[in-house]
Amino acid sequence: MILIVAEHAGGKLAKSTLEMVSAARESGREGPVTVLVLGQGTADVANDAAKYADQVLVADLPQLATYNAEVWAAATAQIAQEGEASTVVIGGSRSGREYAPRVAVKLDAPYLEDVIRLSANGNALQAQRYTYLARVTETVEAEAPVIVVTVKPGSFAPAAPAAAAGEQYDVELDLPAPRVEVTGKSVEKSSRVALTEADVIVTGGRGVGSPENFATYVEGLADRIGAGVGATRAVVDAGWRPYAEQVGQTGKTVQPKAYVALGVSGAVQHLSGMGKSKYIIAINKDAEAPIFKVADYGIVGDVNQIVPALIEAAGKSQ
Amino acid sequence: MKILTLVRQVPDAEARVKINAQNVDLEGATLVIDGMDEYGVEEALRLREGGANVEEIVALAVGPKRVEDALRTALAMGVDRAIHVETDQALDPVALSRVVAQVAQSEGAGLILVGGQEADWDSQALGAATAERLGWPQLTWTNELAVEGDTLTGRHDVDDGNESFRAPLPAVVTTQQGLNEPRYPTLPNIMKAKKKELRKEDLGQYGAQPLVRVVNSEIQTRARLNRMIDGKDPQAAAEQLLDLLRNEAKVLA
Repeated sequence: MILIVAEHAGGKLAKSTLEMVSAARESGREGPVTVLVLGQGTADVANDAAKYADQVLVADLPQLATYNAEVWAAATAQIAQEGEASTVVIGGSRSGREYAPRVAVKLDAPYLEDVIRLSANGNALQAQRYTYLARVTETVEAEAPVIVVTVKPGSFAPAAPAAAAGEQYDVELDLPAPRVEVTGKSVEKSSRVALTEADVIVTGGRGVGSPENFATYVEGLADRIGAGVGATRAVVDAGWRPYAEQVGQTGKTVQPKAYVALGVSGAVQHLSGMGKSKYIIAINKDAEAPIFKVADYGIVGDVNQIVPALIEAAGKSQ
Repeated sequence: MKILTLVRQVPDAEARVKINAQNVDLEGATLVIDGMDEYGVEEALRLREGGANVEEIVALAVGPKRVEDALRTALAMGVDRAIHVETDQALDPVALSRVVAQVAQSEGAGLILVGGQEADWDSQALGAATAERLGWPQLTWTNELAVEGDTLTGRHDVDDGNESFRAPLPAVVTTQQGLNEPRYPTLPNIMKAKKKELRKEDLGQYGAQPLVRVVNSEIQTRARLNRMIDGKDPQAAAEQLLDLLRNEAKVLA
């Protein structure tokens, strides 16, 4: 079987799970598309997953109420072994890329990380992935009875439902006790669309001028056009914005339809997090800013003057 | 406690990456210690300076001869000695974890620090794979760390925010921006580093065979429109941009 570990949050199946189903279907690997749901109170998630998969394995257990890398790795490896999985597909989220290597070691399997494309090459599995701060696209290949893959979010089209809903089965697991204790948690609260799921993102850099300007111009424009809000590392380091909004090598990787960069110079580390956006729009005072080299539309001008005009014009014609 | 800090050498972020015969060609590129690993080296030093019971800090690198430079940087920053497993063979992160885990065991390390994501592989796998081989817990994307006795506490980024944690040692911790500001090696320390031990080892003894093969590398540049709009008249520029986004790119309603 091709084993997909479902990603879900707040009782809902995440879009990334449907992307993993597409990746599984495209991989040409052997066996039924099987979704494993790990969690507690997961009935809705499992029902939803069944629409897309040949079968759904459900582990609805109190020990799975919160994510833990060692527990998730143990559960996944156990099911992969029992079901003689040919392929294990895990989300390319922070958590997915944290426990997937453990699964690969447990199964003594090759690990294809954060892939954007999958295809069969004879008995081997080929994948494309970005390397060198996303400047290089590498094709890698592995051949083994079982291969572990993580799928980069936003790289595959979400799967359409299958003709018939898959069967659901409860599974039993022998789980280790978690050793990492969570002693506190702060959740990113935002009324805006999540950065990794947003179609449009407005990002502000140092060139915006101040935290107040950031709120007025970057958030103002984002709210007017229904976009997510991003920030550069410089802005996060300066304490203007929370780390949660950071886009780039050490922040989030995003691939929206439109990426609007306001006062962003375009350092390589930032480009590695947004360079695959469909359209890049840049507004910057400095005509020499590297961001203009990768921009589809660019305005050389002061953010403080152009953006209010943009906000007004966007409001007028709506 | 002994701390093992892994050091990798990668092209400078601003360096131009070249492809030669389907492989990335680093000939002539400026190579530096991976910034993510540098946070690990710095954190090891700070833990000791902060009074944690740190007996020794050892830096480890695996790779060709040139990787020595990254180890010299770590030594000049203040680590006590270095181990260089010298090889021209390319390893994937899961294969490399075999070496790191075995060195950690033979050195009796109680804490391993590794960069959260390498700037050449764009991989986050090394720390987790190493932890699994050793049967240790791992903390990834750490931005605060403290050691008290056999307990590790701190804070790290997770999918939907960040968490404070407590975990038993030994453990693997992956490091990132925000954890600290790495120091610059001073001239006296660079001189002193030349006298510190840098032990060479052979890869053969570790049985680290890569399971993943690189079959092609290419630089795919997306053709960009590079359409510049005159910003002298903000109103006109704004309206023109919106028109292009709505009617040409069709990304706005």
